[in-house]
Amino acid sequence: MSTRLSSSTHLLGADVPGPPPPVVAAREAVAERLSAGARATRFVRRQPMLVLGLIVLVLIATGGIFAPAWWTGDPLEMRPAERLTAPVAGHWFGTDNFGRDVYTRTIYGTRVSLVVGATVAIASLLVGTTLGLVIGFYRRLDAIMMRVMDGLMAIPAILLALALMALMKASVRNVIIALVIPEIPRVIRLVRASVLSLREHTMVEGARALGARTPRILLRYMLPALVAPLIVQATYICASAILFEAYLSFLGAGTPPHIPSWGNIMAEGKTYVQLAFWIILFPGLFLALTVLAVNLVGDGLRETLDVR
Amino acid sequence: MFPEIVRRLVATIPVMGVVAIAVFALLHVTPGDPAVIIAGDYATAEDIAKIRTKLGLDAPFLTQVWIWLGRIVRGDLGTSIYSGLPVATLIGQRAEATIALTLFAMVISVSVAVPLGVLAAWKKGSLVDRAVMVFAVSGFSMPTFWLGFVLVYVFAVSFHWLPVQGFQPIERGAWPFLRHLILPAVTLSLVYMALIARMTRASMLGVLNEDYIRTAFAKGLAPRWVLVRHALKNASLPIVTIIGIGFALLIGGAVVTESVFALPGLGRLTVDAIIRRDYPVIQGVILVVSGVYVLINLVVDLLYVVLDPRIRY
Repeated sequence: MSTRLSSSTHLLGADVPGPPPPVVAAREAVAERLSAGARATRFVRRQPMLVLGLIVLVLIATGGIFAPAWWTGDPLEMRPAERLTAPVAGHWFGTDNFGRDVYTRTIYGTRVSLVVGATVAIASLLVGTTLGLVIGFYRRLDAIMMRVMDGLMAIPAILLALALMALMKASVRNVIIALVIPEIPRVIRLVRASVLSLREHTMVEGARALGARTPRILLRYMLPALVAPLIVQATYICASAILFEAYLSFLGAGTPPHIPSWGNIMAEGKTYVQLAFWIILFPGLFLALTVLAVNLVGDGLRETLDVR
Repeated sequence: MFPEIVRRLVATIPVMGVVAIAVFALLHVTPGDPAVIIAGDYATAEDIAKIRTKLGLDAPFLTQVWIWLGRIVRGDLGTSIYSGLPVATLIGQRAEATIALTLFAMVISVSVAVPLGVLAAWKKGSLVDRAVMVFAVSGFSMPTFWLGFVLVYVFAVSFHWLPVQGFQPIERGAWPFLRHLILPAVTLSLVYMALIARMTRASMLGVLNEDYIRTAFAKGLAPRWVLVRHALKNASLPIVTIIGIGFALLIGGAVVTESVFALPGLGRLTVDAIIRRDYPVIQGVILVVSGVYVLINLVVDLLYVVLDPRIRY
């Protein structure tokens, strides 16, 4: 029961996968015969939320990558004369307490969120999968390491990240580090659980009988079976990393003030809720929409890839 | 049952040990000299030396770990660098607001989410079910503090129904106390609510397929009775489990929510400590919060016996 103690902010994706069911293969065989267009239509009809999430994400990513192209100005330019202007023609989302354009800052803020979300997801998967494969396969290591993981997971992720940020300089790189560290034990647990069930699988037994060594079994037999659950997990990590970056920046322990991020824009608007609600409203809308899109993609992938 | 409780309590000791060592090691795994970082940018060499002695950083690492563990066992969480007060005292002063906030949020979440989840599972595929699922996904994606500001803007700034921020201790009367907690608790409860609603629905869906449910309906029992007494009771283990695990979300959210509503709780204490690089306070809060989390999940484990008589410890 001790693994139950372990928490996960995205536990909805943290289940043990079985071997791929034969239904998927049959479904793919049927799909072969349909034209590309028909297949696309069918996919949209089957997973409308996944497609919707992907579209929103692509829009937001294009917004961020080509930020200078969307009638934005300089995100750091201060115009004291225009401070706390309500949304008007020249300032679609209004201006903040330094007269900076909230629209421009929000569009630029997309970059930090997406970079942090993607990097944290990839980095924690890489580290967690490697460690999880090794820990899951060596029984002696397993018992000790899982107690350690239980302990680490008992620390709420946001508190751990805050504590790490307290000791590091505020920078995007350090935010990523502070968010990856709490995530690693959770990935290890997922990978380890899969390895434990796969270890008893006939294909692994067969490979062993044929003389395959442990590294080969881990890489050729276990890793492929882990791809689907890990992709799903990656989306959930990405969503929570985007939220946590905003939390850290909002609390003043995240992205430094000279790089606009949704969290630190809102942090500066905090004092002006009653006067200038737009400083908080718009970056928050973008944040909520982005996280929602990533979660929709995650839920959709979970169903499509048949990850329990 | 009693020996089992003792056995379980003892089993939490290694977990807490790992937490304690991890919290301590934090200071040392981050790059740079912790004394220099804590002292800040304008510190003199003398300040740094003072902090180093105060935190015992000049001893060998393993000795430091040993001393740290010994102090924790005696209930000594150290003293704040900023205020010079014992960390345990500071935590004690700030505990009321956080406990009130999280308890209130927990009550709101459970009392809304469980009925919603049951309803969604019962009317699977209906409009109600879809609405609940949409609510669950969006609740999960909602930035807590942003929702807090939106609620403040609507209910406090525009309509003046509730106070914008602040906290009233319960000694000043129940109504002022609750009035100040309504918006923060609702804000905080949303994510937790989404999580519980989703789990309730999933768990109920599994149980509603059972033969005994069909039997219960077939013999003409009122649907409400079947859903609550026959289905929900048997679906309750995963729900209780998620309530325990989700407590981590609640605490994380409380840190942010307290900052939005200016509540004098543990979250504010932590954030202030981070700005002042008051490391003993940060360590103390993490240790206490993680301890509470471990204990809550222990209680959940023991609740299994009450909910499912087949489980015997």
